[in-house]
Amino acid sequence: MPERNGHDAPRIGFYVCHCGHNIAGTVDVAAVAKFAATLPNVVVARDYKYMCSDPGQELITTDIREEKLNRIVVASCSPLLHEHTFRVATQKGGLNPFFFQMVNIRENVSWVNDDGKAATAKACDLVRAAVRRVAVHRALETKHVRIHPDVLIVGAGISGIHAALTLANAGKKVTLVEREPTIGGHMAMFDKTFPTLDCAACILTPKMSAVKNHPNITLWSYSEVTEVSGYVGNYTVKVKRKPRYVSEELCVGCMECIDACVYKEGKTPDEFNQGLSKRKPVYIPFPQATPQVVLIDPETCIEFKSGRCKKTCVEKCDRNAIDFKQKEEIREINVGAIILSTGFKTFDAKRIPYYGYGKFPNVYSSIEVERLVNASGPTSGELILRDGRRPKTVGIIHCVGSRDKNTNRWCSRTCCMYSLKLAHLLKEHSHAEVYNFYIDIRAAGKAYEEFYDKLLEENIHFIRGRVAEVTDWCARPEEKGKLIIRVEDTMIGVVRRVPVDMVVLAVGMEPNADAQDVRRMFNISCSTEGFFLERHPKLAPVDTFTDGIYIAGACQGPKDIPDSVAQAGAAAAQALSLIDAGEVELEPNTAYVVEEDCSGCKSCLAICPYSAISRDEAKQKAVINEALCKGCGTCVATCPSGAIRQNLFEDEQIFSEIRGLLEADEPILTGGEA
Amino acid sequence: MTTTAEQANGWEPRIVAFFCNWCTYTAADLAGVSRLRHAPNARIIRVMCSGRLDPQFVLDAFARGADGVLVGGCHPGDCHYMEGNYKALRRVRLLERMLDGMGIHRDRFRLEWISASEGEKVKTTINDMVARVRALGPLALPAKFADWDREMDELEHAVAAQTEDVHA
Repeated sequence: MPERNGHDAPRIGFYVCHCGHNIAGTVDVAAVAKFAATLPNVVVARDYKYMCSDPGQELITTDIREEKLNRIVVASCSPLLHEHTFRVATQKGGLNPFFFQMVNIRENVSWVNDDGKAATAKACDLVRAAVRRVAVHRALETKHVRIHPDVLIVGAGISGIHAALTLANAGKKVTLVEREPTIGGHMAMFDKTFPTLDCAACILTPKMSAVKNHPNITLWSYSEVTEVSGYVGNYTVKVKRKPRYVSEELCVGCMECIDACVYKEGKTPDEFNQGLSKRKPVYIPFPQATPQVVLIDPETCIEFKSGRCKKTCVEKCDRNAIDFKQKEEIREINVGAIILSTGFKTFDAKRIPYYGYGKFPNVYSSIEVERLVNASGPTSGELILRDGRRPKTVGIIHCVGSRDKNTNRWCSRTCCMYSLKLAHLLKEHSHAEVYNFYIDIRAAGKAYEEFYDKLLEENIHFIRGRVAEVTDWCARPEEKGKLIIRVEDTMIGVVRRVPVDMVVLAVGMEPNADAQDVRRMFNISCSTEGFFLERHPKLAPVDTFTDGIYIAGACQGPKDIPDSVAQAGAAAAQALSLIDAGEVELEPNTAYVVEEDCSGCKSCLAICPYSAISRDEAKQKAVINEALCKGCGTCVATCPSGAIRQNLFEDEQIFSEIRGLLEADEPILTGGEA
Repeated sequence: MTTTAEQANGWEPRIVAFFCNWCTYTAADLAGVSRLRHAPNARIIRVMCSGRLDPQFVLDAFARGADGVLVGGCHPGDCHYMEGNYKALRRVRLLERMLDGMGIHRDRFRLEWISASEGEKVKTTINDMVARVRALGPLALPAKFADWDREMDELEHAVAAQTEDVHA
């Protein structure tokens, strides 16, 4: 059945959705339907329990055929949720899908108003506006653009690694960009993983080398994305490749240069070991780093500082891999889809001064303890404190920087479980008495509660209460030389002083410091707390509001390894489904020039951020390149002669909406403030 | 300063809000999802970008009986279309001076930057705007237009009558 163009007299079908009780609980939907029936051009007005369900959509398609409708208005939820659904239903009925207008009476009305009378009046105003608007809608063609089959993944922690391998195994070309000199992210720093206690390196490093060796993956470590342009299916990305001063092609990772360095001992805090050990100017983050390539830190290297080093590293390298003249490079790539898996940062425990981090040497953050108990860590897994002692008692303080109005309100989700894991490992390494100070134990996950049970049997102590402070002020002789944890034990209602040798702060997860810059670059949003915002919290958890850009892992919110991997797989699948479709439909909301009205004044040329407008010098008229136009409509509002118009947002359509909103005959019914 | 008569008649401020698709409209959706109750007086019109805001939309809304107009866009630097919000800001600044000249109080027209995560700000902005406009009372331009039209008609009649007298 050919689409009807609908340019004959409008016959509007109106549908109002109950959304169960979501809308009908506040808005009198029957009254709205009755009201709509009185509006000009409305032929059918119905209310229905769930308009988005199959029978709901069926109502629309049947009515279009039987009642010869040529315009559809649905009053239900946000168009950001179901506009597409109803456009498809409109099209199924045989109409052009753009003869449809949606009215948001759930998010904008029923969910933000308690007063039914006021809500119903508001809904009626919005419906009148939509009925006015849809009457002047026009048939539009959906544009199709081809999709570049390659994918960019930003961030090579476990999420990025898993997504890259999934896509590469499906035969897609992937560029994996990592800011640090090695891939692996936080997971590479961990010793064991909960609840299975399998070693993080044992399960991660095979995946890291698979990334390095995969023919479909281009790995750019020590690199950062600097610029992103284009749109879904056709992104152009600039990547800065920072100089390592060591050729990635030549270096084989023998590390002889590190031994040969004129520095006999490292002098710079080792980033990978959280500053618990020192590294030299020429270094590799950790022995299994991928790629297995050393790098030189120009901030500390004598050759860079004075130019008078003996360069023993160069002498030692028989492959001539060291190149002090290496320059930063900017590479440009084209991709169809982008996955952001940029991870998180741990909460800075210095922000809670009463826990003594940074003041008392034996107060550690959990990520430091991960390195401390790690066999490849600064002490080779021996539990030796900063003052050289071995702890006999350890206190683990939960929820540091989480579930706290003064710092971060959210639960970081992983801390309970990793604290249990660290409790087990600390006890295993040192046979110390281990105390956990917790608010609640949140062990929701497969085999997590069982892990907690196991810990209870291991004679780990659990004290329920938020710790007030960590102090070295001793009240009793036995507290001398100890750190005292002051806490109200809420199980027995007593304030306790627990003397320990070592304090572990279970720090929470936070958005990366530059999350806001990154989201701006990729044109996505952040949620209130600063993690990247998903398109829908339940139904589109890895999509963003920008088509073709997906998010995975802890950059979207605190997540443990299993959840990160699951999300990475989901993001890879979303990217695959986009690329394999081969082409994508674009919203036809582009601007166009009505030539006879254009005076050739050039006002619009400078206003377009995409340089989509040029001037035809022969005709002296503005010309819009539809492929470059993104449909913001700024030029439309700028044009002094009204010669530029925007599909879907024509002046006439917006004026009709304004008119519809305000043409109430009687004063709008409102029952006072909500 | 408020005409109590109108409030007795059940007058309620009518606010037309132009929200950009990517930030403020999404924030309004978030306010909904978070069930942040707010005054029911604002009616939202969705545009793709605050840069689409033609000053005529604002003037038309006032002319048709709006008591206030609210414009919501992405924060500076956050525009989905890079700089549409700056273009909106430039226009709004000019428009404000024009509205001053027309005797429309500054509190009746407002531009706010509200990001997709600021559902709370949608609530507070709408509530605050409604309270301010409520304090100002109705703008009632359509009624004023009718008055002015009537005055003009009367004047024309008077002039016509005088001319007739002269010719008589």
